[in-house]
Formats: sequence, structure tokens, C-alpha cells
Amino acid sequence: MSAPRVGLFRIFRSGAGRVGIVLTGGLLAVALLAGRIAPADPFASVGPPLSPPTLAHAMGTDDLGRDLLSGVAHGTRTSLLLALIVSVLTGFIGVMVGALAAWEGGRMDDALMRITEFVQIIPRFFLAVIVIALFGPGLDRLVLLLALTSWPWIARVVRAEVLSLTQREFVEAARSLGAGRSRVLFREVLPNALPPVVVVVSLNAASVILIEAGLSFLGLGDPDVVSLGYLANNAQRFLRVAWWMAVFPGATIALAVLGLNLLGDGLNEVLSPRGAS
Amino acid sequence: MPSRYLLRRLAHVLPTVAGLLVLNFCIIHLAPGDPAIALGGEHGDEAYYTFLRARFGLDRPLPEQLLTYITNVLRGDLGTSFVHGRSVVAVITERLPATLLLVSSALALSSVAGIGLGALAARHGRRAADVSINAVALLGYAVPSFWLGQMVLLALAVGTGLFPVQGMTDARNPQTGFGYLLDVFHHLALPVLVLAANELALTTRLVRTGLIEALGTDYVRTARAKGLPEGLVIRHALRNVMLPVITVIGSRAGMFLSGAVLVEVVFAWPGLGRLLLSSLLARDYPILLGMFLLISLGVILANLITDLAYAWLDPRIRYQ
Repeated sequence: MSAPRVGLFRIFRSGAGRVGIVLTGGLLAVALLAGRIAPADPFASVGPPLSPPTLAHAMGTDDLGRDLLSGVAHGTRTSLLLALIVSVLTGFIGVMVGALAAWEGGRMDDALMRITEFVQIIPRFFLAVIVIALFGPGLDRLVLLLALTSWPWIARVVRAEVLSLTQREFVEAARSLGAGRSRVLFREVLPNALPPVVVVVSLNAASVILIEAGLSFLGLGDPDVVSLGYLANNAQRFLRVAWWMAVFPGATIALAVLGLNLLGDGLNEVLSPRGAS
Repeated sequence: MPSRYLLRRLAHVLPTVAGLLVLNFCIIHLAPGDPAIALGGEHGDEAYYTFLRARFGLDRPLPEQLLTYITNVLRGDLGTSFVHGRSVVAVITERLPATLLLVSSALALSSVAGIGLGALAARHGRRAADVSINAVALLGYAVPSFWLGQMVLLALAVGTGLFPVQGMTDARNPQTGFGYLLDVFHHLALPVLVLAANELALTTRLVRTGLIEALGTDYVRTARAKGLPEGLVIRHALRNVMLPVITVIGSRAGMFLSGAVLVEVVFAWPGLGRLLLSSLLARDYPILLGMFLLISLGVILANLITDLAYAWLDPRIRYQ
């Protein structure tokens, strides 16, 4: 097996991976430079209400005369930031649970896998609806909720990888050289178990963006933060008179999800021997 | 399918359902403010909250409250909606048929069309048909269902007037008998297409990838070598491809239902999605909690059915 670093660079050889990197990278740049790209404060009324796209307002304005391009740029930042934080947290929980289950085995494995199955079966979207309805909207609780419910898939992948890697010769070799249990796990097994995790994390990031958009579309988004779903929710009331309000935020969500999915596909192609065929 | 497998799989469901009830109970009690408000909504007066506290034993110790809660749920008592003035179960079951009609039509469409398109793409491996089907499927999978709904509404309903914009029937022109059915189908067409899009895309991709792999195996070469017509070869291969497809479709029941809710909101379809939205606006917590519980039970059921279908399709799969 090649080192993960080399593997990750091979993604440029896959067509899906290239498009995925361009899309994700482009939107990431928009998110990072939102303050520069956006001509105005996304909450400030800067033009005539419901103006179609013009030179001054490239994506038009909404019912309150707010510049939509500014909204989309800042909304992209919100969506990607949310996806990033949730991905880091789910990655951590998933790797810990999966590794612990496979490494300890026996009762620990049984118990952790039962919990994993339970969390996996809970409908994330509806749980988020309930929690936000009762606790009030806020990105902090959304991050926590999605992180606590999105890890099972990662845990299962890690568990399967660790189980198969522990049987391999190089792990056996490390053991016979006198490496301790934790050294074998953290230095030999886990680094090699991570490539498939990257694939799952990027696919999961796409679903996090979709869930946030859906929640905000139902009016459950944080009212103090512009997100792409918030813009789409606002657009529903003006669908007949202002097509641009619906088209641009939704298209951005679709591009982000497409980019992350292609990235996942590309990574899968170069990282897993099965996907390469 | 041996009944032992069935029994074991059913026994597996019980702890999940118990966990779900405990989770629901925790949400009610962790919510800021009085659990009586979570149980009764924000519209009640003091007398009503006192009544609820007595009925759910909210002044009793927590374990006792959990027992009361579980007993009530098992009796089919999910509380009363203050907005509707009726039991939660009655309000939800009234809206259920519209959602079931939407969901089952979309699932049927996405499965049948997805298998067809996937097989078509796999047969034309790496040629124009394959590439274009695969590209459209990728796009279809990425597009948020509510946005696709908005776009379809803009293009087909608002733009051309070919399809109704909202609702399940034409209120200005009520129909009976066959006319009523036609009216419902006319209203159903766009929401079903939109809801099916994501699953259709996914099913197509899974069938395509699976078939391309299966068509390279030895048993397919044998089948071809003895002169089986290509259609029959694909049917043989499909049976093996269906296993992962069924697993994925079944495991996405929750995602599918959340899509249905959003599509219902876009098209004002009078099902659970509309009820969810109006209950959110009215802060009708008993309805929201009841819907979460029932939808979760639906997802558990869908997973159970998936596992059983899997065992039925693949005789190798047995519990231990």
C-alpha cells in the first residue's frame, strides 16, 4: 500500500476527482474571500427591492433590497464552515468509536456497534427539526447535533479497516519487533485505515450541507446568520415574481454538493483498489 | 426464510424502539423551560398545564415519569394537539395517506426507472448513452429536492400552466369518481417527479456500477457462451446487483422522508410536510414530537423490511 500522501495526489488523474477539486476549491475560495467578493453587507438594504440581476447587483436583490450576490457569498461561507466543523468532529468520533470497537473486540465491540446501529437509524433531519423547534435556532446546536448523529458510517468503515489491517503482515512485523499495543494502533494500523474515511467524510459533508439547507428552508435556520437555505426559504414566497432569488442560492447548494460528491468519487477511485478497476 | 431469522431480527428491533422512547423523553425534559410546555404547546393556560403535569406525573421522580411516558405511548396516546384540539395520533393519521401516496409513487418510479436506466447505461458502457445517463444521475443526486421543486414549478407550472402549482385537488372545480382520480394524478405528477429525482439518480448509479462489475464475471461469460440472449443475461446479473441496491434504498428511508416533507412544502401537498410546517409555526410541540416518534418508527420498520428482503433474495444470509 502506498503512503496516503501520494495516494491523495493521484486524485488529479481521475476525471471526477478533478471536477470535484475545482468545484470544491472554487466554492472554498468564495467562502474564504466572502468579505471581498460580496459588494455589500448581506443584511444591508442597498438597492431597489426585487430587482432582477443588473450590473450593480449581479444576482439581483431580494424583497428588502438586499444584494443577493453578497447573500450567496456569505451563505457559502456559512454552509462550508458548518460542513467543515461537523466533518472534523464526526471524523474524530467515528475513528475513535470504530477503532475502539475493532481493537478491543468482544463486549466492547458489541456494545459500541449496538450504539452505532441505533444512532444510524435515527432520522437526523427530523431530530434536528425537533431539537431546533424546542431549543431555538442556532448554528452551535446544529453543529453539535449533526456531529453526534453523523459518525456511525465512519465508525463502521474504520472498524472494518482496522479488523482487516490487524491481520496483515506489516502489523504482525511491528508486533514482533516489540511495538506496544497503542503504538501498533496509532502508528501502524490507524494511518492505513484513514484513506477510506476521507471518502466517507467528503460524502457526509455534502449531506450536512443539504440538511442545513433543508432546515433553513423550513424556517429553522439561525436568523442572525445568512445561509444558502435561508435565502432559498425567503425565495419561496416570491417564486412567481423573483426567479433569481430561488435560482442562485439553490444552484450554489447543488454545486457544493456535486463538488463534494465528485471529490468523494475521485478519492474512492484512487484510494480503493476496487474502485480503480 | 427460516422463522428463527425472523424472530431474531424482530428481537433486535425492541431495544431500538426502547432507545427511541428514551431519546424522545430526554428531549422533552432537556428542552428549556417547563416540560409541560413541550408536551402541551405554548398556547395552553395554567389549568391545562396543571392537568398535563398530573396526567404525565411531571411532579413525580424521573424514572416514574419515564414509565408513565412509555405506558402512554404504548397505549397509542401521544398527547393532544392544542392547536387542533384533537389527539396527536388522529391529526397525524389524517395526513398520512397523502404522504404515503406521494412517497410510494416516487419510490416505485425511482426504483423501476433507476433499474432500467442503470441497465441501459451498463449495456452501453463508456459510450454516449452511458456517459450522459451517468452525468445526469450525478447532477440529480446533488440537487436539493426543494430547489428542484422550485425550478420545476417555475418552468412547468408557473411558466406554461401545464401543471397545477399547488395542492392535491382543484378547489375551484371539485370532481368526483374518475375525474377526482385524474385530478389527483395531475397534481401528483410534479411532486412525485421531483421527490423521485434523488433516489432515481442514486439507484441508476448503483445499478450501473454493479452491473458493469457483474457483467465481467465468470457466470456471465458462461451464460453468454451457452448462447443466452443478452436481455436474459442482464436479468441474471441484475438479481445479484439488486442486493446492494435494496440495502441502500432501505437505509435511506429517513433521507427520503425528509425530502418528501420539503417537496410537500414547495407544492403545498396536504400531507405530513405541511403539518410539520404549520406545527412549527404554531409551536405545536405535541405534534412535532409525535411526528418524530412515528417517522423514526417508520424508518426502523423500513430497515426491518430491507433486512428481510435481503435474506429472502440471498439464501446465503442467515443469522449466525
